[in-house]
Formats: sequence, structure tokens, C-alpha cells
Amino acid sequence: MSNGSGRIEKVSVVISKGSLEGIYPGLIMANGARAEGMEANVFFTFFGLDAVHRARHEHIKLATVGNPGLHLATWAGGLPGVSSVMTHYMAQKMEHLDIPPIPEMVEMIAQSGAGLYGCKASADLFGLEKSDLIDEVRDIITVGEFYEAAAGGQIIFT
Amino acid sequence: MPMTTLAGTDVDVDAEGFLTDASQWNEDVAAEIARAEGIEELTDRHWLVVQVMRREFAEKGTGPAVRALGKISGVGIAELYHLFPKGPAKMAAKIAGIPKPRGCI
Repeated sequence: MSNGSGRIEKVSVVISKGSLEGIYPGLIMANGARAEGMEANVFFTFFGLDAVHRARHEHIKLATVGNPGLHLATWAGGLPGVSSVMTHYMAQKMEHLDIPPIPEMVEMIAQSGAGLYGCKASADLFGLEKSDLIDEVRDIITVGEFYEAAAGGQIIFT
Repeated sequence: MPMTTLAGTDVDVDAEGFLTDASQWNEDVAAEIARAEGIEELTDRHWLVVQVMRREFAEKGTGPAVRALGKISGVGIAELYHLFPKGPAKMAAKIAGIPKPRGCI
């Protein structure tokens, strides 16, 4: 949890969504934790597994429908190609701010020493094996094993 | 502003122990900060990263966060964390006698 000084020493971040805006916040929280010298784990569950899915992690899209924060009319967000264009636009802005693409960001977090894990229930649901996920994922674990790994730290659900 | 003495040099530091005046820094000060942070001896690789921090600060007014530090120094992310376990950008900046970088990535 934290030591006597009130400092957080360990965090475990759950990423449960598969959209660009659903994935980045959790990655930034985990990366930032390591940068501050905290121990960190990232648990990818449900559509969040796409962030570490070999075939899909390079194709994560911004949600342009059902996303009022985008201030775009719902009908416009649903037009063919709008999600791709908005994703591309966002990627350019992020690169300018030195925020890497999702595959590079995940790799960087793994290299920082954080533990990356896939959720077993979700993997079973989607028919995924460990081989479907990028090499940086240490294992596919149960929710119970996740809580064991998270013991003694803070849990952040995104 | 608190003042402290490191390796026989008087330095101004902030609440987290970062030097507030980079000109008060010298290599002995760096070594003493490093020891306090748990790095017994600064290797050539540590010095490479620390010098990058000082150069970037001199040029841009701030040290780089971890990703940029890796790119500029040519030291990989895994090695950076091995060299500076408590956070590469934060620790290297502290040892380099510059303010803590405020980047998020």
C-alpha cells in the first residue's frame, strides 16, 4: 500500500476497454508508476486484451460513436472511415507530445519491469491462448491470481 | 529554501532533495546524492545518463522524462531502470542536480 511516509509503493492497473481512449489512461498510469519507482502490474481484461493482442494491438481505434466527449454528432461518428481519421489525427497529436503508439508504450512498460498479465476469464470467452498475445505478457491468470499479485498495493480499474 | 551540505558543498534543495540551483552541483555532490538514493558507485553508464540530463537541462530548461531520456542517451528503457531502480528520469535528475522532470511519459 504505502510506507510510513504515505507514499504509494505499488499499483496494479486493470485495463478493461478496447478503445484508444479506454487503453491509454491505464498505460499512462502504469508507466508513470514505474517512472516514480513504484512496483506496477497491468491486468488486461475483456476488450482491454486487444492492447496486447498480436493481431490487434496496432489497430486500436478511437470510439467515435457513443463518445460525447468527442463533441461530434453521433450520426457523423458512424460514417465509414471517421473512426480511422479521428484515430490518425489523435495519433499525430500524441506523437507531437512524445506519447508513443500503443504497441511501443506496452513494450516500454514491460521493459520498465512492470508485470503484464492477461485475464483468464476473458481469454476463455474470446477463445484466446497465450500465443495470441504479445511476448511481453507474462501469463494468463485468474482473477484470484491477480489479487495475489496485487497484494499490498493499490488497484486502479480503468 | 532549505540548504544542506553535500560532499562539503553548500547546496539549496527543494522539499524532495532536488538541487534548486544547478550551478552548485559538482561530481562529488552527485556521488553523495547517488549514495543516499542507494547507488553505491556511479558507473560510466550512470554518468552518461547524468550528463545527458545536465545537457538537456542547460539547453531546454528541463530534463527529459523516461522515454525521451532513453532516446537521447541511447540507453534502453530496461537498462535505465536497472541503473536507476527508483525511476530513471527522477533519480538521474536528482543526481544531476537539476529539477525533477515533469513529463508524464
